[in-house]
Amino acid sequence: MARFGMVIDSAKCVGCMDCVVACKTENGVPEGFNRDWIEYEVQGKYPSLHMEIRSERCNHCNNPPCVYCCPTGASHVHDLGGVVLITHNVCIGCKACIASCPYDARFIHSDGYADKCTFCIHRVEKGLDPACVSVCPTRCMSFGDLEDPNSEVTRLLQSRNHHALMPEAGTKPCILYLV
Amino acid sequence: MNPVSRRKFLKISAATISVAAAGSAIVKGAEALGNKSGKQVKGVQKIPTYCDICFWKCGAIAYVNDGKLWKIEGNPDDPLSRGRLCPRGTGGVGAHYDPDRLKSPLIRRNERGREEWVEVTWDEAFTHIADKLQKIKEQYGPEAVALFAHGIGGNFFKHTLKAFGTPNIAAPSFAQCRGPRDVGFRLTFGEDVSSPERTDIKNSGCIVLIGSHLGENMHNSQVQEFAEAVGNGASIIVVDPRFSVAASKAKFYLPIKPGTDLALLLAWMNVIVREGLYDKDYVQKYGFGFEQFAVELTLYTPEWAYPETGIEPELIRLTAREMARYRPATLVHPGRHVTWYGDDAQRSRAIALLNALLGSWGRKGGFFYPVSMDVPGYPYPAYPKPQKVNVDNPDNKYPFAHEAITTGIRDATISGKPYPVKGWFVYATNLIHALPNEAETIKAIQNLDLLVVVDVIPSEIAGWADVVLPESVYLERYDDINVEWFRDPFVALRQPVVESPHEQKPNWWMAKKLAEKLGLGAFYPWKDIEEYINHRLTAAGLSFDELKKKGILQGSKQPNYFDEGVPAEFSTPSGKIEFYSLQLAKAGFDPVPKYNRPSPGPPGSFRLLYGRSPVHSFSRTQSNHILMDMTAENEVWINADVARRMELKTGDYIRLKNQDDILSNKVKVKATERIRPDCVYMVHGFGHNSRGLKYAFQKGASDAQLLTRYVTDPLMGGTGMNVNFVTIEAEASHG
Repeated sequence: MARFGMVIDSAKCVGCMDCVVACKTENGVPEGFNRDWIEYEVQGKYPSLHMEIRSERCNHCNNPPCVYCCPTGASHVHDLGGVVLITHNVCIGCKACIASCPYDARFIHSDGYADKCTFCIHRVEKGLDPACVSVCPTRCMSFGDLEDPNSEVTRLLQSRNHHALMPEAGTKPCILYLV
Repeated sequence: MNPVSRRKFLKISAATISVAAAGSAIVKGAEALGNKSGKQVKGVQKIPTYCDICFWKCGAIAYVNDGKLWKIEGNPDDPLSRGRLCPRGTGGVGAHYDPDRLKSPLIRRNERGREEWVEVTWDEAFTHIADKLQKIKEQYGPEAVALFAHGIGGNFFKHTLKAFGTPNIAAPSFAQCRGPRDVGFRLTFGEDVSSPERTDIKNSGCIVLIGSHLGENMHNSQVQEFAEAVGNGASIIVVDPRFSVAASKAKFYLPIKPGTDLALLLAWMNVIVREGLYDKDYVQKYGFGFEQFAVELTLYTPEWAYPETGIEPELIRLTAREMARYRPATLVHPGRHVTWYGDDAQRSRAIALLNALLGSWGRKGGFFYPVSMDVPGYPYPAYPKPQKVNVDNPDNKYPFAHEAITTGIRDATISGKPYPVKGWFVYATNLIHALPNEAETIKAIQNLDLLVVVDVIPSEIAGWADVVLPESVYLERYDDINVEWFRDPFVALRQPVVESPHEQKPNWWMAKKLAEKLGLGAFYPWKDIEEYINHRLTAAGLSFDELKKKGILQGSKQPNYFDEGVPAEFSTPSGKIEFYSLQLAKAGFDPVPKYNRPSPGPPGSFRLLYGRSPVHSFSRTQSNHILMDMTAENEVWINADVARRMELKTGDYIRLKNQDDILSNKVKVKATERIRPDCVYMVHGFGHNSRGLKYAFQKGASDAQLLTRYVTDPLMGGTGMNVNFVTIEAEASHG
């Protein structure tokens, strides 16, 4: 079974937000909301600083609290690649998923349903990368099957140190950052 | 605009053109797709064009879904975008849908700057402009009209105004941006760095960035190559008072005291010469005046530079050796917006000299030699010869200015000397934000009989205009073809993807109509721009139909480096790389750059620094809703300790007050470790005060408003603008 994930090289990322813009136009994300975003994590004291820049979004967790807490079944795990999706017309906008997500990845769409990153499943089904991955000028993002030992994402994880966000939450996130 | 001397042998004959590999299946040409004409194609269409959100001109593919613009991606065949646009290009969709766009031609109906207009027809607008221009011509001569233009879209207005008889055509990209760099490199190598820059970043082993914030400054190809170099393990050295994004990728970060870069450059060269680390063969073969240069450098030890720059001598030595270790694949980046302190041409020359020591000019990983396709210009009649010399640089006061100086035209407009300037045309450049000292710009405007502004949005300069001409955004128009100078030769097409939603028109149409109104129709022998483009392409043996389908046509590979066969010729007086410049000495300037300590600000003030956001271009994208959803206002970066002392925290609103008591709009604080305590920083382009920009109105603060002072570069007239100081004023209403 495929298990889709992303591997993002934070050493190459410049935080330009092209991933955010591309998601917006690709998916028609309404004004005032974004499905992905940039985080800067700065450590140290000037001028001895370390900064990690990360493109963040729904982690499509292997252990997704948003799916478990959804009272209607709108939030679910898709057959293809274990992607976490929301069936809009089944969602009642109760916000339980928003409260349960440790990554703050969800928002209530202006049409009333919970919304978030879909890994651009409509593109992935056609064999394309998610929009954010395909536009990135630094080519710092890779998308693929984390279970496939020959995939680019697996190869990258084997070759470099990496970390996930909030592993202590026990969500088993599928977005990993190379350091 | 970029008169770089080129070598004849690189002219590529049309016969050598090979078609780029078809990386994308472009299915349709550019039939009109908008709704206005009633023509609407069902389904998704992909139309290639090139971007205009900045001046980089990246090849793009626009997606139109059921006749509506959906999204824009990079064109994989394009050497500039390599299939990936920057966030501004991706967000270009928002320019088409911007509700605040200029919609119809406007004529002022009250005093200037009140932004009160009467909507007129195009014919009324052109008649009004032509009448005024003829009157100016009769009374003062055609030279009394000046054009300020930015980008390739200005080509046809330049043509019309040259036909009218004026030589006074300028762009802020020279005296307010890259001019000093190009002068410094010309004086040294006999050629400038051009745009897009000839920096071979992807092949560099060591990249030195001096105040250049690649990654925040999203010049697409450069950022792509920078990330590639980082991925390849290149050694990055960043010199900046601010811990930039690039600094976070650096092996060495040098937190320099603002305004002292030249001291650091001299000390680096001192170490490299003293320790014999320079490329001796290269210097011997191509250099002129090295011995005198070396003697002048002896004073500038790292210990001398330490109190000036704040950079420890050992770090200066270490980084100098690091550069030497990777030479010639060490690129000391020339920067782009380099009008900082008024000594900018000499600082840029020092950067050129350091590159010369490292042997990086003409070498892989340093500076490549750009090539181009040979596409002849349109065979127009000869322009009338102006009776007066250019107004911007009287008596050749700035002897090394090789382009017109915007602020020189402004000075002449104010003083009437050397002769009066009574008409301004402004194309796609918001002079209120682009030039320092807004009051001088407004004073000049008051002396005009005519100010015409061509723009897509109601910018601040449009607010001062007598006549405003609304332009179609780049996604709605043809422009001149882009015959680019880059690694590999190619030509790119901008073509309409959708129709303009209102009365907007393309620049070529306006420039042609205006010329006809002025009785200069003979200068426009073509019916429309398609005929013009077809004529140029046919003369080069290229197919317009094919270019419409592909967006890009590539020529064959040509040599880029000396060791690939590029002749090592230098268009300097000596024919060599000039370590010691006799032409500078003759003109009364330092033949080897000398350091001058920058003036300190008033006690308790901070030096105001500014830069770029990756999601905005100048002051022209703040009404693009998609890009504003990324960054809707700018922030003032304040060192975290300073902020703590002043009891300020991130998100608080403040105002900045400069040394001349100019108070900014309210602006948010960003308290951060990422900046020195003696300066503050903000992104340029925000703080709009034009009432037409409803969405962008007073979001953030304008750095330009605070740049009341500038130091003019004595070599070339550039305006050094990092010489302003601000204090932080509490803002009563938080939020």
